[in-house]
Amino acid sequence: MPLEPGTRVRVKTMTPPGHIRTPFYLRGKTGAVERVLGPFANPEELAYGQDGRALPLYRVRFRMADVWADATTPTDTIDAEIYAHWLEPA
Amino acid sequence: MADPHDGTEQGSARPFAPASSDPSRRWHDMGGTLAGPVPGDEHDFALWEKRVDALVILSGLKGVFTVDGLRRVLEDMGEEAFETMTYYERWVAALNQNHLEQGTYTVAELGAKMEEVRARGETYADAADAS
Repeated sequence: MPLEPGTRVRVKTMTPPGHIRTPFYLRGKTGAVERVLGPFANPEELAYGQDGRALPLYRVRFRMADVWADATTPTDTIDAEIYAHWLEPA
Repeated sequence: MADPHDGTEQGSARPFAPASSDPSRRWHDMGGTLAGPVPGDEHDFALWEKRVDALVILSGLKGVFTVDGLRRVLEDMGEEAFETMTYYERWVAALNQNHLEQGTYTVAELGAKMEEVRARGETYADAADAS
């Protein structure tokens, strides 16, 4: 079952080599699921000519202050689209 | 065709801040770093650049590879390629790499075709005269 909107999640801090769609600047950061975008083929497998297993893709919303400690607009938010296997419970 | 290295074409080397000194951050993963102003200059695409673009789209429609495969090769080409090759020079290299991997043609077939095309001449006009 995909995570419900509002669920707090942390982006994994792993740094494997290879094609990755999870931006480095969000790794280890905590946000909340804004919506479920649906299952999509995993680009990390598509990139190497495989079929790509379908995974839930989430739009995750982060507070600027939770991404950049010196954010000048700390309560603004930034959304990023992140696949399920990069998220862990926060 | 304009000199692809004269600094006016899209994708040519422009100064940018290093993404990070963290060795686990790959060179292309620049999101969230300061980048300066966005260049607003327009660019006329050469015929060969339009053809490369069309080939990438067609390859996707034919199921040979996806944008993910294109990006993977562009990233693996490294920062030096980003700084020394134009946008579509990098695209055609990534297009070719994916076709070789998927077996569309072999390295030897590619080599023979390149020789055949080279023999037509340096320009589109020369090639038209030769045919």
